[in-house]
Amino acid sequence: MATVELRDIRKTYLKDEIIKGVSLTIEDREFVVFVGPSGCGKSTLLRMIAGLEDITAGDLLIDGRRVNDVEPAKRGLAMVFQSYALYPHMDVYKNMEFGLKLAGMPASERSAKIRDVARILQLEPYLHHKPGQLSGGQRQRVAIGRAIVRNPKVFLFDEPLSNLDAALRGQMRVELATLHRRLNATTIYVTHDQVEAMTMADKIVVLQGGVVEQVGSPLELYHHPRNLFVAKFIGSPPMNFIPVVVETSSTESVTVRLPDETFLDVPVDGSNTPAGTALTLGIRPEHVALDEPGLAGQVEIVERLGAATLFHIRLRDGQLLVAQSDGAADHPLDSGVSVGLPPRHCHLFGADGLALAAHARHPLLA
Amino acid sequence: MTTAARTGRVDRAGLAMLSPAVVILLIWSIVPLVMTLWYSFRNYNLVDPTLHGFAGIDNYRYLLTDPDFITSLINTLVLVAGVLFVSVGIGTLLAVLYDQEFFGRGIARVLVISPFFVMPTVAALVWKNLMLHPIYGVYSSMMRAVGLTPVDWLQQFPMATVMMIVAWEWLPFSVLILLTAVQSLDSEQKEAARMDGAGPVARFRYIIVPHLARAITVVIMIETIYLLTIFAEISVTTAGGPGVASTNLAFLIYARALLQFDVGGASAGGMAAIVIANIVAVFLVRAVARNLEV
Repeated sequence: MATVELRDIRKTYLKDEIIKGVSLTIEDREFVVFVGPSGCGKSTLLRMIAGLEDITAGDLLIDGRRVNDVEPAKRGLAMVFQSYALYPHMDVYKNMEFGLKLAGMPASERSAKIRDVARILQLEPYLHHKPGQLSGGQRQRVAIGRAIVRNPKVFLFDEPLSNLDAALRGQMRVELATLHRRLNATTIYVTHDQVEAMTMADKIVVLQGGVVEQVGSPLELYHHPRNLFVAKFIGSPPMNFIPVVVETSSTESVTVRLPDETFLDVPVDGSNTPAGTALTLGIRPEHVALDEPGLAGQVEIVERLGAATLFHIRLRDGQLLVAQSDGAADHPLDSGVSVGLPPRHCHLFGADGLALAAHARHPLLA
Repeated sequence: MTTAARTGRVDRAGLAMLSPAVVILLIWSIVPLVMTLWYSFRNYNLVDPTLHGFAGIDNYRYLLTDPDFITSLINTLVLVAGVLFVSVGIGTLLAVLYDQEFFGRGIARVLVISPFFVMPTVAALVWKNLMLHPIYGVYSSMMRAVGLTPVDWLQQFPMATVMMIVAWEWLPFSVLILLTAVQSLDSEQKEAARMDGAGPVARFRYIIVPHLARAITVVIMIETIYLLTIFAEISVTTAGGPGVASTNLAFLIYARALLQFDVGGASAGGMAAIVIANIVAVFLVRAVARNLEV
């Protein structure tokens, strides 16, 4: 049972402001993911919530109580570190026991709790192993176990899967999601991996340069990015961008001129974009329609992923466009191809990077 | 070519490569050892050349029944244990202190290391004449300045004073080793301990000290080897006195051989020192081997 609220949180190192006023509300039992490129301040923000970094300005509230000046251990949080930060000279049992012992919990109660958590995490056979004798995934589980036994109000994860190999990462992702459903605890998770963000989050917070770019559900971010940065950052392969110019505009739609002098009518609010405005048109690779009337180009590279195929198409004006099609699609290299841009899947971004409001919401988000 | 044949050839080449080192080692250590063993069973006194020939175990009997020997033995162990206690204890605390950020840390680090570069005789002389001298010493004038009678340290507490001087010399070594060890501690571990509710004392006790355990064993081992043979500091400051109050085994052997010219008796003392050094070595190696395991 815990909510976390950030009110205009700021952090200044020497003279550089690295967190430039973040306001955010995290509901009880929510799984929130902070995502962004490296150096965007996501880890700093997490460490500020944890109490490992001072908050320069703003208020941090946990369960409605201001905790800016409360010791980390007294905030009711538990954190899983990127390097796991297990105590190497203590065995698994003692690693999990350390916090409980310092909190003055009686030995019998400690033992019951640790055994319980060890059972959930399948760590029972390793209770008396030292961290050095465990594999990466097991160490990860111990680190999570050490967080769980303390029964925290909020779990904090700082890029916990980045030290694992791809297969294990996928497995741990599922385990973490299952664990979150089971424990029902408020969780804040920091990652630079958008797959982790998309698959686990109830709510994603996209950060860049110490500023929140967008907060929303994974599909919200995917289908309705607020600005160019989010559109570029979320989605793999990334969205295609084509420079366009407004021909006519109304509140109902915007007609834009594509590089090949053809016109496209996009159903977004064009009330602030008079004719002649330069915009950026964005479309995701899976929405680019191959062999439909539209832009002409030449297949330059074909990436076959099995389930899907990515065609890198060089347009007439020299720009590269990525189209995703099913695994069976076949277009030989260097062959000419025509790609259609379905208007309802097109995003338009203004010169300030902000998206023009779309009229139709994605069916899953309606 | 079979594997066995190849190994045989490599072994011969290896032996050839090794032999210069082995020969030098033999000449410089085994020969003196054997000669000491030989003399320890001889009547060999430079004052009385007429007295010679085999002494049997007389040299050993005189040594072991000599109360000075027991005193010097105890002094040796007290000196080693005391200096280790002080240098490792304070060294650990200083290492943690010097790991913190503070103004002028670089200079402070150089200063804490510098005693190590002062040679033992000089260090002992500085302490004896500049610092602790009852009339000219800095310490004594400080005491007199506030109206107190200065203590004549080397007369009244000879062992404690020698111990202090040696500890002062060896503290930089332990700080140096332990500081690098403290610096290698993963900062996320300290943070994890903070999240677990460990205050500064608990972090020191449960995170930092266990992390330093290996480095501390190495410091103890290396210091013990040197501390068993402390000589210059005693010779310069107290010359083993008053009486034998600050005589350790190394100084006792020196006194026997070169002050009393009893080479036979000194050799017996030397053999005793070898035995003691080996006993200590066995304990140390076991402790270290256990501690160096993962």
